[in-house]
Amino acid sequence: MSGIEQSKIRNFCIIAHIDHGKSTLADRIIEKTGLLTSREMQAQVLDNMDLERERGITIKAQAVRIVYKAQDGEEYVFNLIDTPGHVDFNYEVSRSLAACDGAVLVVDAAQGIEAQTLANVYLALDHDLDVIPVINKIDLPSADPQRVIEEIEDVIGIEAQDAPLISAKAGINIEQVLEQIVAKIPAPVGNPDAPLQALIFDSLYDSYKGVIVFCRIKEGRVRKGTKIKMMATGAVADVVEIGYFGAGQFIPCEELSAGMVGYITASLKNVKDTSVGDTVTDALNPCKAPLPGYKKVNPMVYCGMYPADGAKYPDLRDALEKLQLNDASLQFEPETSIALGFGFRCGFLGLLHLEIIQERLEREYNLDIVTTAPGVIYKVYKTNGEVVELTNPSNLPDPSEIDYMEEPIVSAEIMVTTEFIGQIMDLCQERRGVYLGMEYMEETRAVLRYELPLNEIIYDFFDALKSRSRGYASFDYEMKGYERSELVKLDILINKEEVDALSFIVHGSTAYERGRKMCEKLKDEIPRHLFEVPIQAAVGSKVIARETVKAMRKDVLAKCYGGDISRKRKLLEKQKEGKKRMRQVGNVEIPQKAFMSVLKLDEK
Amino acid sequence: MNKAISKASGLKKPLGIYIHIPFCISKCSYCDFLSGPADEGTINTYMDALVKEIEGNRNLGSRFFVDTVFFGGGTPSIAAPLKIKAVMEKLKEVFEFDESPEVTIEANPGTITEKKLMIYREAGINRISMGLQSTENEELKLLGRIHTYEEFLEGYRMAEKCGFSNINVDLMSALPGQTPELWAKTLERIADLDPAHISAYSLIIEEGTPFYEWFQDKEGRNCPPLPSEEEERGMYELTKRFLEARGYCQYEISNYAKEGFICRHNMGYWRRKDYLGLGTGAASLIDNVRFSNTESIPEYIENCGSPDSIHKATQNLSVQEQMEEFMFLGLRTTEGIDKEEFDRVFSGKFEAVYGKICEKLEKEGLLKGYSRKPGRICLTGKGMDLSNYVLAQFLLD
Repeated sequence: MSGIEQSKIRNFCIIAHIDHGKSTLADRIIEKTGLLTSREMQAQVLDNMDLERERGITIKAQAVRIVYKAQDGEEYVFNLIDTPGHVDFNYEVSRSLAACDGAVLVVDAAQGIEAQTLANVYLALDHDLDVIPVINKIDLPSADPQRVIEEIEDVIGIEAQDAPLISAKAGINIEQVLEQIVAKIPAPVGNPDAPLQALIFDSLYDSYKGVIVFCRIKEGRVRKGTKIKMMATGAVADVVEIGYFGAGQFIPCEELSAGMVGYITASLKNVKDTSVGDTVTDALNPCKAPLPGYKKVNPMVYCGMYPADGAKYPDLRDALEKLQLNDASLQFEPETSIALGFGFRCGFLGLLHLEIIQERLEREYNLDIVTTAPGVIYKVYKTNGEVVELTNPSNLPDPSEIDYMEEPIVSAEIMVTTEFIGQIMDLCQERRGVYLGMEYMEETRAVLRYELPLNEIIYDFFDALKSRSRGYASFDYEMKGYERSELVKLDILINKEEVDALSFIVHGSTAYERGRKMCEKLKDEIPRHLFEVPIQAAVGSKVIARETVKAMRKDVLAKCYGGDISRKRKLLEKQKEGKKRMRQVGNVEIPQKAFMSVLKLDEK
Repeated sequence: MNKAISKASGLKKPLGIYIHIPFCISKCSYCDFLSGPADEGTINTYMDALVKEIEGNRNLGSRFFVDTVFFGGGTPSIAAPLKIKAVMEKLKEVFEFDESPEVTIEANPGTITEKKLMIYREAGINRISMGLQSTENEELKLLGRIHTYEEFLEGYRMAEKCGFSNINVDLMSALPGQTPELWAKTLERIADLDPAHISAYSLIIEEGTPFYEWFQDKEGRNCPPLPSEEEERGMYELTKRFLEARGYCQYEISNYAKEGFICRHNMGYWRRKDYLGLGTGAASLIDNVRFSNTESIPEYIENCGSPDSIHKATQNLSVQEQMEEFMFLGLRTTEGIDKEEFDRVFSGKFEAVYGKICEKLEKEGLLKGYSRKPGRICLTGKGMDLSNYVLAQFLLD
């Protein structure tokens, strides 16, 4: 595939608010470029993780190379790089953007601009990408393209009068989008004869090929056999294969040169040798300096993850390492819990990210995982002047050593139709939000600005927002910084023993309520024992809530009829099986489910 | 004379016979046993099939002698008494019998007559088990029983008059709307009759019964609520206390007997004695193999002449399973199990297999007699109350 003129290459991505039709447009573009017939099209070609298809969201950046014969008679090579839409994955979006020269912005013709539309546009502009707006879903009865065009011009400030009016679902005006990509997105620049300089924007582990590195060649060229060097990790390896991305498959080729997007496999065995954001260069003819790479994104939400079966600890570590390979935002380090044994304290971008990792561990790696309540990073200022970044509540220093604590605060923008403003303001109030202001985008829609403590939104804020606005509110946030806060550690004692895996940090004003709910929930989850089991919530030495699991006093199968012993045996076996899924804390057995149930305290 | 010789020389092993009669007049609200109404013709055909099945088991006659027989159901007493007698006669033809066998028939109080009882006696039946459940007519109605307390009394006196001195009465506590006072009344009335044996069960709501449907929603359809856990527990304790004061000894979780009247047939199950089940769905244990007959009446009638062909769910018990059964069945009885016997049967492994578990349970106050060596091990009162919890621990990994 050598000999492609740089001027005929277009590297771009599609950005949109969730559900505005990004994946559908990607499918249509792939279909229209003729590399695939309609029959070969599986719905949503780009999202090839099961999980993504099921949830209808894009999690991992994916790429595809297609050939488009434009109206000027020339053939263009498009590298379409997909980006995730959810707010948790801003980091992944910026990785993808760094491999692109332009972005197609999809806006729903009925809903107009939403919170993530803005967030993604700002990211694209940060990366100096040219943004082409596209108005989608014009076939909806409620579509109002003219209004949306004006909104784009007013709110974002980009020219939108000639934005294609399309329906990705119905395949209307897709051609116009392709022509604008050719006309408005710049061709890549870069000297193919300069020393190799390529940006790793993603990677994955394949059990046959080993580590597969996805990269954008900025300068120079790479061929099979080239000795490459990872500039950050220093790893050196011979290129085994290079190629580009077909729809859902890897297609080997001879050479990748400046401006192209493709993959490299090399004799790299160790997953840790490659890191996303690193620069690949020629080991024998290295470039002068690495590319700027990515700003390291720090996890915002932490929780403990433990294998349900203690013997699977090494498997869990392996799985996390492999997931981390193309998800650099996932962090983990070993920890030990008295209740749960050996596991990892893991850091995530947000709660959705956490859920996705958990699901991937369970589905792709067949692991049964017990997670502890998620928390954020608190800053603990000790009286001796030391500052501790606290990710695990169990490590909170003794209160006598603490001067004060700080918690992370986010600036949130909530876009909502005016009829729900009251409910949403109530919600923010309940979550300790500080009202900053409100702007009307048009008569019926407004943006509410709040400062909210991160630990109030990591649980179920998004769900609450949706349910109180009947699905109409959208939400985006960014870290603002740390603020001093009256925080306390809430401990749970089961039969007078503190269960470390159930401790968490809360604001003093909500401790009582949380403690009470935890005790109620645990009372339903913990089976009866031979003795009474008290469940207490305590702050320091002060017990603030209590429930009791009554002692088991009768558990008899009276009937045993006509010598049917196998039925009796089955019953006993069931009883025994239930016991196996328990964790022993002191002399109390706690079902694994109990550790998770406290994550869902707000469910009625 | 021959019989005495073969038994005395230990050539033959004792065998219990269970005969299932899967018919009743109408299904009770709590019943999940294999039974249902049928016409007289079907019942007669079925009874004849039982005779054929016994003939088909003739080979067992060379190795076993029968010491207990139990006609269960369903309602065995709805079958023609002469058909019952024919089954007994066939059994005696095929098997040697113990000199004083225990032969029980379950009888629904609404279905017995003096004539029936006399034929039972002639057939060799010497024990009657009467399914009463409650002395409150309201409760009987709720349970779907076809008889009143008064009808039961009539039947009971009839049985006594016909010379049955070994009578069991089945009772059931924890009924919807039942108070401890009402339960006490039932116990008292029955103890006053002074039967040799009383079975007292707690109602268990089983899936697939009308009760299960009714109690899906908390209220229960047209039905008073079930007693609270505390009340149920109170009734259970009352039963033990009350019956013991009246001279009944609890010998198994739900069974009480006057001295000398422990049900030998039931004890056979707990001691893992061999037993042969005849009729649909009947379970057997022969030489450490467990199996059950088909539950289908047509299939049974068709193939009962060659018993092997109707055996389902055949399970050759492994040594481990035998050990588990030895414990979880034996410990249901108040006499418990004998360590030395375990060691004899399983070549001296008791300590290694169950030592730790027994020690733990003894510490928890659920089991006694382990540390006192040698001797029998049995559950404490508390252990009986929590028997599922305790017995599950004797299943090995």
